[in-house]
Amino acid sequence: MTRLSVVDVARHYGRRKALSQISFSCQAGEIVGLLGPNGAGKSTLLNILATLLQPSRGSVTYGEQTSADGAAVRAQIGMLGHDLFLYPELTARENLEFFGHLYGVTDARATARRALERAHLADRADDFVSGFSRGMRQRVALERALLHDPRFILLDEPFTGLDQSSTAALVARLQERQQAGCVIVLATHDLDVADSVLSRAIYLKDGRIVGTDTDTRGLIDRYRRVIQS
Amino acid sequence: MSGFFRVAWQVMRKDMTVEVRSLEILSTTLFFAVTVVLMFSFGLVTDGRPADNVAPAILWVSIAFSGTLALGRTFERERQNDTLRALMLAPADRPALYVGKLAGILLLLGLVEAILVPLVGLLFNAPVITQAVPLALLLMAGTVGFCAVGTLFAAMLVRARSRDVLLPIMLYPMTVPVMIAGVRGTAALFSPSPDQAVVQFWLSLLVAFDVVFVVLALWTFEPVMTD
Repeated sequence: MTRLSVVDVARHYGRRKALSQISFSCQAGEIVGLLGPNGAGKSTLLNILATLLQPSRGSVTYGEQTSADGAAVRAQIGMLGHDLFLYPELTARENLEFFGHLYGVTDARATARRALERAHLADRADDFVSGFSRGMRQRVALERALLHDPRFILLDEPFTGLDQSSTAALVARLQERQQAGCVIVLATHDLDVADSVLSRAIYLKDGRIVGTDTDTRGLIDRYRRVIQS
Repeated sequence: MSGFFRVAWQVMRKDMTVEVRSLEILSTTLFFAVTVVLMFSFGLVTDGRPADNVAPAILWVSIAFSGTLALGRTFERERQNDTLRALMLAPADRPALYVGKLAGILLLLGLVEAILVPLVGLLFNAPVITQAVPLALLLMAGTVGFCAVGTLFAAMLVRARSRDVLLPIMLYPMTVPVMIAGVRGTAALFSPSPDQAVVQFWLSLLVAFDVVFVVLALWTFEPVMTD
């Protein structure tokens, strides 16, 4: 069952509380946005959802599994970070094949080829990633995150530095995954794009949820009201 | 190939591919190690005669310093594009990632040692050719012990702001036993009449250190990298 549940999660760094009393759940086919100013705890929360950080309190469940299930639960998670998790010294194909092998994909070479075709980069497959534009790197990075067909997709500021066509391509790919029944959680400052993409918005401020919003149209005004209140 | 070794192999192969293209770590590490040996030779060799019993210490000091440099740079690469997080996200045994990184660093340091040892032999009249096999065993065992701890610490410190300072501060005290065993074993080997029993003793000690350090690192890698 594709369902993500976050129950009373808190994360402390010494005496500093990065997150407190975070609870929400996401259903299959939802795109949930984590919105908030810098330092609100969005990236910390994404890292906890990705099992890269342990919560100081509370729990996260992925369907029937928890982060304690280790590799089995990581196999269901795909993450696109703000840094793109790509090796600039490797070609696009080599990056995807390497991560394909690491993620236990059955035929890493064929999977990488299909991923490059989806990213419209088949003709640049053997070019080094260091020579790619931000938009091209982002497309490769997104395909890297989706190589193993994860059910839970986590994205940290995925629209940063993208032009209109790259943003549209990214949105289209995310909506295709949404249709496939994946749970997508993304942290973003780009409210214009988020307005048309999100199924639900969760507003974070100072490590706490200060509001949720299922009517994501007109997000910018409501974001200002909630965050500045 | 089992999943564990497949992942370790892929990580090592990736590190080697990147290094072959950039030659960044190999060139800096080698340059640094050769410079250390040359500096010592200028100070300790007079009229073509080296000071007594200095070659083993110089060899191991060069390996330790250049190894620290290699460890730091290898993980700096993973930090620059946050690729270490992508590795940690993979549904693979995390100790396999450690083994892959360790194997890559061992291979690099092995290449550095292959150039360093003849240089030390040449400059300090050390019998590196006649004692090639036991010397290779000592170096191999010592390098494994040093890198086993170093790889764990370098991975732990990858997000620390003062990682360049902290790595040697944490690494050297922990690996002092390895360095002592390496120097003493090599000194016994380079003496005019090598005592094979003494060499054997230090080599066994190094192997014991290796087993302890590698097992501890495999055991602790996942918890220290998760939080």
